[in-house]
Amino acid sequence: MPTDTDVPVLSAEDLVLAFGSFVVMRDLTFDIHPGEIFVIMGGSGSGKSTLLKHLIGLMKPSEGTVRVQGRDLWSLSEAERAAMLREMGVLYQEDALWSTMTLAENVALPLDEHTALSDDDIQRIVSLKLALVGLRGFEDFYPHEISGGMQKRAALARATALDPDVLFFDEPTSGLDPISARRLDDLILQLRDSLNTTIVVVSHDLESIFTIADRTLYLDIETKTMSALGPPEDLRRNPPNQRVYQFLTRSLDAEPH
Amino acid sequence: MQVDTRYSDGTLVVRPTGDWTLDRSLPDIQAVVANAAPSSPVRAVAFDTSGLGTWDSSLLTFLYETVEYGQAHDLEVHTDTLPDSLARLVALSQAVPEEDTAQSAETPALLARLGEWGLRAYDEAVAFITFLGQALRSLVAILVGRGRMRWRTFGVALQSSTASALPIVTIISLLVGLIVAFLGAVVLRRFGAEYFVSYLVSYGMLRELGALMTAIIMTGRTGAAFAAELGSMKVGEEIDALETFGISPIDFLVTPRILAVVLALPMLTLYADVIGILGGMAVAVSMLDLTTTQFLTGLLEPVVLSDGLIGIFKAVVYGGIIGLAGCMRGMQTGDDASAVGQATTSAVVTGIILIVFANAVIDWAAAVLQI
Repeated sequence: MPTDTDVPVLSAEDLVLAFGSFVVMRDLTFDIHPGEIFVIMGGSGSGKSTLLKHLIGLMKPSEGTVRVQGRDLWSLSEAERAAMLREMGVLYQEDALWSTMTLAENVALPLDEHTALSDDDIQRIVSLKLALVGLRGFEDFYPHEISGGMQKRAALARATALDPDVLFFDEPTSGLDPISARRLDDLILQLRDSLNTTIVVVSHDLESIFTIADRTLYLDIETKTMSALGPPEDLRRNPPNQRVYQFLTRSLDAEPH
Repeated sequence: MQVDTRYSDGTLVVRPTGDWTLDRSLPDIQAVVANAAPSSPVRAVAFDTSGLGTWDSSLLTFLYETVEYGQAHDLEVHTDTLPDSLARLVALSQAVPEEDTAQSAETPALLARLGEWGLRAYDEAVAFITFLGQALRSLVAILVGRGRMRWRTFGVALQSSTASALPIVTIISLLVGLIVAFLGAVVLRRFGAEYFVSYLVSYGMLRELGALMTAIIMTGRTGAAFAAELGSMKVGEEIDALETFGISPIDFLVTPRILAVVLALPMLTLYADVIGILGGMAVAVSMLDLTTTQFLTGLLEPVVLSDGLIGIFKAVVYGGIIGLAGCMRGMQTGDDASAVGQATTSAVVTGIILIVFANAVIDWAAAVLQI
């Protein structure tokens, strides 16, 4: 289980997100603390998902550093980096469940690859993981046989298979009905409260942000950098600029001053 | 990672101790209960976590199974004796799953499966004929000027099934020509009839192999591509979008593709015939001491125009089959990503089966009509 220390679980330092010479975001500096639910928000095209890919080591920053448990992700050897990344679970936007495998096989694969457990023990853990997301008895179903909300939760069961210290969610509530979305938010809160898992969410679903977020980061597409960092309620009360205000109040109005 | 037990007054107290991590095998609650061998019947299970170190899913799995075991054996399980975070997780794992999409996975009996297979085969045949009818109607509409031809789709499909296919058709038909000539060289030499190798190669290529090999290549290339293109459009709801605008996907997507491949196949076949005969000539000249002139005269004497025309006729039929099978399987694609792969596979299978079948029918008809 993750332990409370002063070392941030993740941190970015002067991070620049770029595709070749096209800079999406620059000067990103922030820490994510253990047990925190940290939401990255911003408009479409502001580089939210790109930032996520940098944090989980899928993309190498063109400038700046990403630190995991205080260690620069890209100064590590490949094996060390892979070991660090195993402590992270990711729930992708389109679930990314492996469509030719049953739910049980989806959850079992990472356990099979990265632990020395017997098949029998793996099956027992798989049953627990599926039960935790409310999918008891759905072991032998294929992803296309269950509803979208259930697919999301199955993907969450897979993301938590190796008991990660950090869980990433890329727009978890997109495409879900309000009840399923709320159920997923609850699940995220439960995971944090019971397991003290650090959770990083990319989202622009306001309801969900105000339900779960401890702190939020706003990526500003106009200035091409972060323009707000803090609890969402504080940001709504004291928005640093017009766009943060409009985003958090879902309005086109000017800020009332 | 150990479990101690204590028994008092009908309650079995389960005491997990030490560090619980996923790198060791998990204890089994049934074995734990059996080992405890309580003196009187157990009525309840409680927990004592005072000796517990760090833990992860291994402990949770054990607790989850303990609760399940308790329910199965009608025992009271006191989860309130667990620390808050563990009790919450155990409660979460006991939440009732929704059964909204649960479906029976029973396998039907042999006879029932046979019946279902027959019904499916019937449906398949009806679907193919219906699709053929739709495509023909659309084609007629275009020919009489009532429908609109999508020339751009046609052009792209024609290019990908002619110019882009030339390299592979060249290699395969050259090799087929070589192989037939080798066969002929070995067999005909026994009778001292090496001279007839050119007849064998040209008759074989023109009547059968040129069209057949080209058609099989194009089924794998173009037929599969059609199925994949239309299949991913189906998955992406692009075909639904066409229909909501009142645009017939048959006119828009299918007819231009079929027309392109029907036009492409005879051209490719003619090309394959020439290349195959050249391949045969290479073997004849190098292995059988025939001269080029001998080879060509040996070819031109017995071979008649109708041999070539039958090959071309076959190519037209095969082209139609490739286009129809590819487009039909594409249009029949289900709505998830893996369905595209299935559509592609079945386009190739359907295409090759129908091509070989058509080949047999045409050969039989040609034999009866003596052409």
